This record gives sequence, structure tokens and C-alpha cells, in this order.
Amino acid sequence: MSTTAPIGEDKIVAKVTSKHVPIYVMGKRYDVPDSLTIMKAMEYAGYKFIRGCGCRGGICGACGTVYKKPDDYKIHVGLACQTVVQEGMHLTQIPFYPATRTVFDYEQTPAVAEAVFKAYPELFRCVACNACTKICPMDVPVMDYVAAIKRGDFEKATELSFDCIQCGLCASRCMAEMAQYHIAQMVRRIYGGKIKPKATHLAVMVDNVKAGKFKDGLEQLKKADVATLKQLYMSKDAREIEPNMSEDEWVPTNNAYL
Amino acid sequence: MKVSYYPGCTLKTKARNLEDTAIGALAVLGVELVELPRWNCCGAVTSLAQDDLLHMLAPVRDLIRAKEQGSDKLVTICSMCYNTLARANLLMRNDAEKRDALNRFMDEEPDYAGEVEVIHLLNFIRDEVGWDKLRAAVRRPLTGLRVAPYYGCTLVRPAEVAIEPAVDATVFEKFIEALGAQLVHNPGAFDCCGSYQILSHPKQALAASAELLGKAKNKGADVLALSCPLCDYNLGKRQNELVADHGLESKLPTIYFTQLLAVALGLDSSLCHFELNHEGTRSLLEERNLISTVAV
Ligand code: FES
Repeated sequence: MSTTAPIGEDKIVAKVTSKHVPIYVMGKRYDVPDSLTIMKAMEYAGYKFIRGCGCRGGICGACGTVYKKPDDYKIHVGLACQTVVQEGMHLTQIPFYPATRTVFDYEQTPAVAEAVFKAYPELFRCVACNACTKICPMDVPVMDYVAAIKRGDFEKATELSFDCIQCGLCASRCMAEMAQYHIAQMVRRIYGGKIKPKATHLAVMVDNVKAGKFKDGLEQLKKADVATLKQLYMSKDAREIEPNMSEDEWVPTNNAYL
Repeated sequence: MKVSYYPGCTLKTKARNLEDTAIGALAVLGVELVELPRWNCCGAVTSLAQDDLLHMLAPVRDLIRAKEQGSDKLVTICSMCYNTLARANLLMRNDAEKRDALNRFMDEEPDYAGEVEVIHLLNFIRDEVGWDKLRAAVRRPLTGLRVAPYYGCTLVRPAEVAIEPAVDATVFEKFIEALGAQLVHNPGAFDCCGSYQILSHPKQALAASAELLGKAKNKGADVLALSCPLCDYNLGKRQNELVADHGLESKLPTIYFTQLLAVALGLDSSLCHFELNHEGTRSLLEERNLISTVAV
């Protein structure tokens, strides 16, 4: 069906082919095609992002958005670049929320729980309200990793917080006023760097890089003209792309550059 | 026999000597303490404000974790965790209005109405293992060791969560006797160690600690048995200060009841982590030939 989309009160901005639904951005109504993501719908409505948008692929965490649906008291959450609009939703983006990040000297910091407790004493203000877990767009069990950190279980905290994209929505909801995601990052750094056994294959690769294994290839690329680069990037023969749903064992047939 | 087990944060850090000995010793007695796969801090202290529901969330969630697992019992060891969990549980059982508010607030959790029973490990041993079986399992009786039990506050107050009614309580005494030790009746068994007052009123707290240790010492105790990491902090870890500045005449080592149990059952003393106790504890047991001297 082809319609004329009224945007805002009475301005006609576009002719599109799809059903339109009303959404409310910071309280103001816009009628937008129902197939758009929140991010595209906002752009459709005239917003221009200079912050609050990064990868557009659900990875960078720049576009955290909260919304409510009609007849539902719950706060819903999603990444604006990933979440499709719903009829009647009220939304606002919260791309940034002020959060305390303690600077620490990685070399000097001992790999003990007390180091994290000292950097973030507000950890112990957690009352297990679980608002953090409920708002996480990545379904990270935030309250659970906070609990693990409080008992010094860095391995568990690392595991549980691994999917965090640092969007900061947890911190926006925390009644203990802590920035859970910064605390978890400190824990992951200490655990990954000082507690977990080192990956031997990584050391081998680093040595290879240092020994100049990839130097020639990179130099060639640097010197290549645009046409060559396009050819390398686009051509199926020149560039073997890992299939979408490949198995863990997938390897390219040509591994000259690995 | 398996039973759901809530460890608490302190047992994972500063009081490993309390947890590891409990798990090791209970295994010998045929009991597997199965740690809840998900748990959070119990909140550590019960809020005394009537309308402070917020601080009930943490302990109630832990109880829900146990219920979720299909358990009707949750065993815990730390006196403070026991007190906090047991009191939150009573509230969920008895106060319909607050139960409703808490259940509504935690709308991501199944409803809870106090279905799980919170049990302190001493009572669990009394009821599920039994003194006879315990006595029979002892490999290294604590013969001649004069042990004074110390309940402190949180195992017996308030009365509705007491593991046994204070003053008449005998569970700790029977436990000590079953291990072959010589029981010392402790007139300070229910005194307060000073608890968190050590932070706000250190002088008074240290005085309280010195006084209660003195009472047990006067009765001829060699060692004070306890079950609370905070009590052990005040009574054990700060003991040198008590002797130096607060009128305690001589030292009285402190020990977790689970460490006594592990020693009596003949478990390897490395499990006991005596390095986390006051230094007098290990030397006392070595002197009595209850553990072998090991190079540290
Ligand atoms: S823009 Fe990066 S996650 Fe949405």
C-alpha cells in the first residue's frame, strides 16, 4: 500500500510503501514505516545522529534505547540499530550515562579481589534489586556478576559479563550508583592478564608478527591502487569469506596470509 | 545425602578455613553440600527498619534460588548469613503484605512464601547426621583439648530464629563432646563480640571482646570455638591488640567449629587453612599432637 506519511503534526516528508505506525520519540509522535529499526525510524523522522550511533550492527553499544509499550508498566530496552519499531512505543535513546571509572595502574595492581574493592567500594552498596539485569540489552546477568565480584570470583564474573558491550544502561538504573560495566572490565582485565593461564598460540603469533611475517603483504596493500583494492575486496576468487553459519572447524582454503 | 548449600561471600574469601573444612568434613560424614549454582550476597545484616523492604531483596532471592532447585532445605554455615536468611524467610512466611510487595517487586522471579527451611550446619549435623554417627566417625579424638563454645548473637537472637533457645542451648556443647574434646562451660557463650561496632566504636567493641575471651579463659579453656567470620575477626584476628591494650590477660586461640570437625575426622590439616586463623591456633593443635607440624 502506498501512503503519504505525516511526520510530526502536519509536515509531509516522504512517500513510502509500507504500513505506518505511530511511535513517540521523547514524547513527540511520528508515524513511521513499521519495518524500520528505531535508529532508521528516527532518521526517517529527521533526527541526525552525531552521537548514539556507531557500528549499526549491534556490537558497539552506542545506541542503547529504552521504551515503554502501551498498557505495560515494564521498561523495555533494545539497541536502536537492532530493534524494530512497535506501534505506540514511547522511546528515548540513552547513548551515554555518566559513570565512574577508576583509573588503575595495571602493572602495579595485584590480582586480588581487594584491589577491585578498593577501586570501587560502591560495589558493596548493591542490594540485589536486579534492575541492571532487567535493563541489559545483551541479556547479561549483571546482578549475578556483581555478586561474583563481591565474593572475589573473577573467573565467574568474567564469564558472566563477557557479552557486555559497555552501553552503560545498567549504570543508569543502579540504585547503588555504581557503574557495573566498568567494574567488570577491570575484573576481566585482571583475570585475563594476570590469572588465566596465557594462551601459547597467541605468543607464537605475536612472535610471528614481530618477525615480520605479514610485513610484505601489508606493504603490497599499502601500495595498491583503488582498483586493485576493490578487486581484492569484492572478488569472490580473491577473497574467501567465511559462510554465515559456518562450523567451528571452518578454515579458508588459501591460508597464505595466516 | 545431598543438601542445598549457601556459602556466603566471606567464606569464599577471608574465611576459606570455615568453608573448606565444612565441605571436606561433611563429605566424610556422607553429606554433599551442593552450592547453589546462582547466589548473591545475603546482605550480611538484617535491616531493623520495619519498612526497609529493599534490604530484604538479597536474602529472599537466595531463598528463591533454593526453591527453584526444588530444595526444601538450605544449609548455611556463617552465623551472619544464617541470621539474615532465616529472618528474611520468616518475614516471607508471616507477613502477607510485605511478602506481596516483595513478590510484586521481583516480578522476574517465581513467587516465594517461605517454603524453604534455612538450617545452620550445627543443627543439620544434630538432626541429619546425629551425635552417634558423628562420634563413630571421629578418627582423631580431641582428647584433653579444652574447648569453649561461643554462639555469639546471631545464632540465637532474635528468639524466633535461634538455632536453639539461648541459655538452654546445647547443640554446640554436644558437638564438642562428640568430637572427644573436653567441654568447657562458657559463661560468655552468648555475649556480643562487638560486631560491626568495631568500625564505629572500636574502643567499646574491643573491650567487649576482651571481656568475653577472659570469661572463657578463666574457666580454663584452651580454645574458643565459633562459627562467624566477623566474631573471628574481633576475637581472633585482633587478639594481639586485646592482650596489648585492652586488658586480656593471656591469649585464647579461636577456631571454627568446622576446623575442629575436620581435625577430629582426621582430614589433612592443609584443608584447615590455619594461616587464616590467629597464629596461636595452629601452634596449640601442634602442641597437642592433633595436627602434624608442617613446614610452611
Ligand atoms: S550502533 Fe553500534 S550497537 Fe547500535
